[in-house]
Amino acid sequence: MDAQHGSAVVVERLVKLYKGVPAVDGISFQLAPGSITGLLGGNGAGKTTTIAMIMGLVTPTSGTVAVLGARMPDERYRVLHRMNFESPYVALPMRLTVRQNLSVFAQLYAVADIDARIGELAADLDLIEFLDRPTGKLSAGQKTRVSLAKALLNRPEVLLLDEPTASLDPDTADWVRERLVRYRGTQNATVLLASHNMTEVERLCERVIIMKKGRIEDDDTPQRLLDRYSRETLEEVFLDVARGRGEYREAAQ
Amino acid sequence: MIATDSGLNFSFNRVAAMVRRYWYLLRSSWPRVLDLVYWPTVQMLMWGFLQLYVSQHGGLFVRASGVFIGAVLLWDILFRGQLGFSISFLEEMWSHNLGNLMMSPLRPVEFIAALMIMSIVRLLIGMIPVTLLAVAFFGFNLWSLGFALVAFFVNLILTSWAIGVFVAGLLLRNGMGAESMAWTIMFLFLPLTCVYYPVTVLPHLLQYVAWALPPTYVFEGMRALLIEHVFRADLMVEALAFNVVLFAAASFAFVKLLQSARVQGSLLQAGE
Repeated sequence: MDAQHGSAVVVERLVKLYKGVPAVDGISFQLAPGSITGLLGGNGAGKTTTIAMIMGLVTPTSGTVAVLGARMPDERYRVLHRMNFESPYVALPMRLTVRQNLSVFAQLYAVADIDARIGELAADLDLIEFLDRPTGKLSAGQKTRVSLAKALLNRPEVLLLDEPTASLDPDTADWVRERLVRYRGTQNATVLLASHNMTEVERLCERVIIMKKGRIEDDDTPQRLLDRYSRETLEEVFLDVARGRGEYREAAQ
Repeated sequence: MIATDSGLNFSFNRVAAMVRRYWYLLRSSWPRVLDLVYWPTVQMLMWGFLQLYVSQHGGLFVRASGVFIGAVLLWDILFRGQLGFSISFLEEMWSHNLGNLMMSPLRPVEFIAALMIMSIVRLLIGMIPVTLLAVAFFGFNLWSLGFALVAFFVNLILTSWAIGVFVAGLLLRNGMGAESMAWTIMFLFLPLTCVYYPVTVLPHLLQYVAWALPPTYVFEGMRALLIEHVFRADLMVEALAFNVVLFAAASFAFVKLLQSARVQGSLLQAGE
């Protein structure tokens, strides 16, 4: 954890420019240990770039990111074994079986008892019958569960999820959310979740950061956001922010 | 080993994990294995029969036992060594797995070490049957070169790895737009390193270029061995020195390209 702030993740005045155009424009936030935070925003809002900078995959133009006290990306090897992520933009090798993929990543993350950990995750995520099947032969929902198993292999203290339920049917998506809540409960993990799915964010997150054009437009608990915007759902809040009506409504009140 | 502050820490365990990953892939796909043997065999047969034909009409040089076959087998070590390295790297891009690896504790130096090991594994799978076929068809035994073969092999594989490291950097920085480089870059070396003819054949200026490339020393050394029956240790030492410089330059370029990829955000789009 960050010694100065007591936060698992500290983002300060973070900027990322691509050819002079801001993808992320001076954002700051901190994530408390054991919290689940939703990062909301439309396409091009800067969610994925923000997560990529937290992971150390992208170097910020200016500003800083610290994860568990390590400055990213320069000190990433101090903490990468304590983090993990899941994203629809990456995949596991299709020809390898689920067990082979998980065992390779378990070895990369120096997991102590690999077979036991894979067995534990397979039981928890309902993967036992697929363990010896090639990953490419699985359905989208099954692949997502395998990716989640990979993301949980090392019992990460910081878990970054980029649209974890994208392209899943409602039942499977609900099932994945339940597992995430359970994981946070048992490991006290800090979870940052980028999503377009307002129901998901409403159900999972105790805090929501809404991004627009690379900036943070609002940052609060779901209930306070609903109250402030006088809305029934986060989707309505999101639309208010996306269409620039947020300030108007606040001013009107 | 648990990760610590430095990105330079090396874990054999993580290298072993990556080698295991490529081994699983290789053994799951017989076309991938066939591909390792098929083209070297075709090349060896074509040049072997050409040598048989020319030796009936040519002079001392072409009659020298196995010059063409030896050249094509050594060229395949160079070419297949780089291809084995680059294809293993490309497998990660094709499968969109690079993001998973870059976010894991795997260090770039461990990744490269695993790719080197796999280039040797793939090379051995491809070349051992072909060298045995060369004995059967043309009576040319590459293995009989003994220590000289070791010196040739070490120098050629070092060059192939240096080029492989450079291509990996290009792929990280430019994505799949640079894929064709992985397949074709080594052909730039084919005319300049004088695989099938002596350096003296080249125009004077190009000879300077040729002597700056480590494989040139190996192919000249091979001809000295097969035609004059002399092992030129001096050529092997010079090749090694040039390889050290080439490998250092390629590693430097890789680090810079990886840094640039992080700045440009191209690691996010790896696979496109």
